[in-house]
Amino acid sequence: MIRALFIFILTVGLFQFSLAFGVSPDEMLDDPALEQRARNLSQELRCVVCQNQSIDDSDADLAKDLRVIVREQLLAGQSEAQIKSYLVDRYGEFILFRPKFSVHTLMLWIGPFVVLFLLLGGGIWFYRSRSKGVSALSDKEEQELSDILRVGSEEPK
Amino acid sequence: MRRFFFFAPIVLFIVLLAAMLWGLNSERDPGALPSTLIGKPTPEFSLPDLHTEETVGSSILTDGKPKIVNFFASWCIPCLAEHPLLFGLAKEQEIQIVGIAWKNKPDEAKAWLEKHGNPYRTTLYDLPGRTGIDWGVYGIPETFIIDGKGKVALRHAGPITPDILSKKLIPLLEGLQQ
Amino acid sequence: MINEIGHFALVLALGLAAAQALFSLLGAAQRNLTWMTIGRRAAYLQFFALTLSFAALTKAFLVSDFSLLVVAENSHSAKPLIFKFAGVWGNHEGSILLWVLILALFGAAVSRFGRGLPTTLQARVIGVQGLIGLGFLAFIVATSDPFVRIFPAPLDGRDLNPLLQDIGLAIHPPMLYLGYVGFSMAFAFAIAALLEGRVDAAWGRWVRPWTLVAWIFLTGGISLGSWWAYYELGWGGWWFWDPVENVSFMPWLTGTALLHSAIVVEKREALRSWTILLAILTFSLSLIGTFIVRSGLLTSVHAFAVDPERGVFILLLLAIAIGGSLLLFAWRAPDMKGGGLFAPISREGGLLLNNLLLATATATVFIGTLYPLIIEAINGAKISIGPPFYNQTFVPIMLPLLVAMGIGPLLPWKRGDMAKLAGRLKLVLLLTLFVMGLVYWQDREQLWPMFGIGLAAWVIISALLELANRVGLPKVSVGNAWQRAKGLPRAAYGMTLAHIGLAVAVIGMVGSSFWTEEFIGLMKPGDSQEVAGYHFKLEKMEAFQGPNYQARRAVVTVNASDDGGYVMKPEQRLYPVRKQNTTEAAIRTTFLGDVYVTLGEVQKDGVVLRISFRSLIPWLWMGALLLVLGGLLSLSDRRVRVAAPAAGKRT
Repeated sequence: MIRALFIFILTVGLFQFSLAFGVSPDEMLDDPALEQRARNLSQELRCVVCQNQSIDDSDADLAKDLRVIVREQLLAGQSEAQIKSYLVDRYGEFILFRPKFSVHTLMLWIGPFVVLFLLLGGGIWFYRSRSKGVSALSDKEEQELSDILRVGSEEPK
Repeated sequence: MRRFFFFAPIVLFIVLLAAMLWGLNSERDPGALPSTLIGKPTPEFSLPDLHTEETVGSSILTDGKPKIVNFFASWCIPCLAEHPLLFGLAKEQEIQIVGIAWKNKPDEAKAWLEKHGNPYRTTLYDLPGRTGIDWGVYGIPETFIIDGKGKVALRHAGPITPDILSKKLIPLLEGLQQ
Repeated sequence: MINEIGHFALVLALGLAAAQALFSLLGAAQRNLTWMTIGRRAAYLQFFALTLSFAALTKAFLVSDFSLLVVAENSHSAKPLIFKFAGVWGNHEGSILLWVLILALFGAAVSRFGRGLPTTLQARVIGVQGLIGLGFLAFIVATSDPFVRIFPAPLDGRDLNPLLQDIGLAIHPPMLYLGYVGFSMAFAFAIAALLEGRVDAAWGRWVRPWTLVAWIFLTGGISLGSWWAYYELGWGGWWFWDPVENVSFMPWLTGTALLHSAIVVEKREALRSWTILLAILTFSLSLIGTFIVRSGLLTSVHAFAVDPERGVFILLLLAIAIGGSLLLFAWRAPDMKGGGLFAPISREGGLLLNNLLLATATATVFIGTLYPLIIEAINGAKISIGPPFYNQTFVPIMLPLLVAMGIGPLLPWKRGDMAKLAGRLKLVLLLTLFVMGLVYWQDREQLWPMFGIGLAAWVIISALLELANRVGLPKVSVGNAWQRAKGLPRAAYGMTLAHIGLAVAVIGMVGSSFWTEEFIGLMKPGDSQEVAGYHFKLEKMEAFQGPNYQARRAVVTVNASDDGGYVMKPEQRLYPVRKQNTTEAAIRTTFLGDVYVTLGEVQKDGVVLRISFRSLIPWLWMGALLLVLGGLLSLSDRRVRVAAPAAGKRT
């Protein structure tokens, strides 16, 4: 809700607002396969003047220009990677919705998996600590044992 | 050791809090985009002159003197706000300002300059907007300071205010001119 | 006059919140019954004061009293009545007032319904609620007073943002707040437990219904927001991984984890400190969710005219509330005794895995949402994190969760029998493979839909099989099974329904992502277009006048072999007061998907129409509905609802 509000206020503020929805027919390529590539690529590119919209969705003027550039370059036989680097040269990495893997995005990309392994490790540690009791000791014996161990560990002090 | 784990959440939260506190400082503009051109030569261009229609190349920025390149348009309302400041800048700092009318029909740009005055030593126009995109322009007005060798020293997006002028632009220009 | 009363009641509520916190917490510490009673009374009074204040503000909106700044800026005399009403919370000041009103409602509810709780625990819960209320009422009074006057009053208001003038969005914020604020109960229980130094099975039972209430509302609120984006924004998207969406999604993820871990606390008295942490985190994320949006940290400051003072105030509140509770956690939680034995192949083992995966999922969304801010703070780099990131990280983490969802409910408590489990899973797997084969037969070009829908089928089949097992099928007769089915607790059905709901929603997500067909093109009246087996013909364009907008629409006739012969009218509106346009998509829902038509730019030689068939999208909304219904069914279970007071009496 608030997101949309931001988008609106921002687009209205910076550009004269015209009602459309991103990609429009006059920009589209005749070759459906190439057009599909253009759409897919456009969805990975941020409209730099909007709040968190891809150029494919955005009505902003600049987004339209960038959509046209993407299509021109695809027609000229450029690859997706080449087009991305062309745009990054001009607008910086900010334009990529999928940040490149690099030193400063290292924790971004591996972070979730680091968390997963830490938590799984914690989980396994938890299971282990809780399955020790499967030994033949009764609860009472377990308690006695831990008392003995606690006393034992405090002795060297 | 076990207790350490119980402190992990608060430690992480303090890191987050620090980042948020930093994020709230008034100097930060969340919408501003750093230019990729800082310290690099300006992109090559060749654009028609607004008044003579002669083609002008990027070599005009490499004559040894620092320059300002200002992207503007007649349809851009904030451009009008900074416009008076550009006259002062051109006169007091003795600096050449190159104006580029971005995505603007030459007639409209000409009429606008006639009405509001022309602070530019050279005025070019970029009707398709591609030169602007090469420069990473995302919303005009945008102002670039170019050192004498044609390298970009600063980009300011949005209208220049007296504050920005005196704190950011003029000190940098004075440094470059020495 | 009424405005003054409203304002006075607001300030009064601030004092009452302070009294509620002070008397309850000190009373619990001193075991002073009188003080605790005063604290309870203060909770009622605070709720009444805020109700009065909110009613006063509502009245100002309904009668278009433009002498109030918020009304003048967010309402208009010509606005339909329902949106005048919704306008109360369609702005910062009103929405935050609604937020504390709901908080006070929960505080009063625990005073009223929490009589079965141990007295000190109840008092501490009420006290913590009072503290939260105190913080946010101070925030309102200091920086966001809704009763600020303007003089002279303007003749008419600036109208509510037209995008918000929509029924889905009118009820979305209150639902979301009921969810966010509802988690304050779990939070207050967690803090009270830390103060008491005791967490036991009864605590688990008390926390669950409150958490469930909050979770139901949050599920509903998020779904409504998503549904609104789908039909209102006009390009058919329903989730954008935008920071504002993410901050509402994170408490949902941890809240879901909390619901599951609280069961473990209740049944096995294990995972106690983890559950406490989840309760704290869930509400902390709710706080961050409510306020980060208003502080201008993640979205543009310029857009939402944020007072810098507000941002600092918010941060201070977050630091005290979250920092304080995490500190208390670090101090008190290690002393809590661990639970009993815990085998990996058991119901509790499955629930722990659920928690680990949900926690990882939350961490992923958290990293994705806040990484840009942190990296900018460190080296000034600006990066964007959008849907492609989440598709590569969040989705792979969700897949094992779905696998686990198919196994967990089949496991018994304490110790599972591998051989028995393998026997049951064999049947589930077989049926799942059959479904996957069917999907592959439908679409041989891509494999993702087969796996996605296969996983959903896995969950559904397993849930149904578990239910069948519970009633004794296929061993007993149908009549006998029916008798047993009637005897099953509603909570069991609730769980089954919610799990199936999630799986149905997954089917909707997969279908809409992989099988949507779309056409965008310029059409003149009389032109036709074929999309996904439907024949669309643009008949004509019409213009008309709405109550506070002008509109034009396209009249499109649709025909298909099995479904058709109807008219769709996608619309565009111009709201003159705010000079904003909105698009109203025309949507026709069928079992297999939505026919979705939006009207775009009107050009000289025709209009741009976006016509699409959005496969299986209705399943997404149906799934969300099942999730909510499952939650409600569990809540209606006497054991869940009444167990709390009953258990309290025993202690």
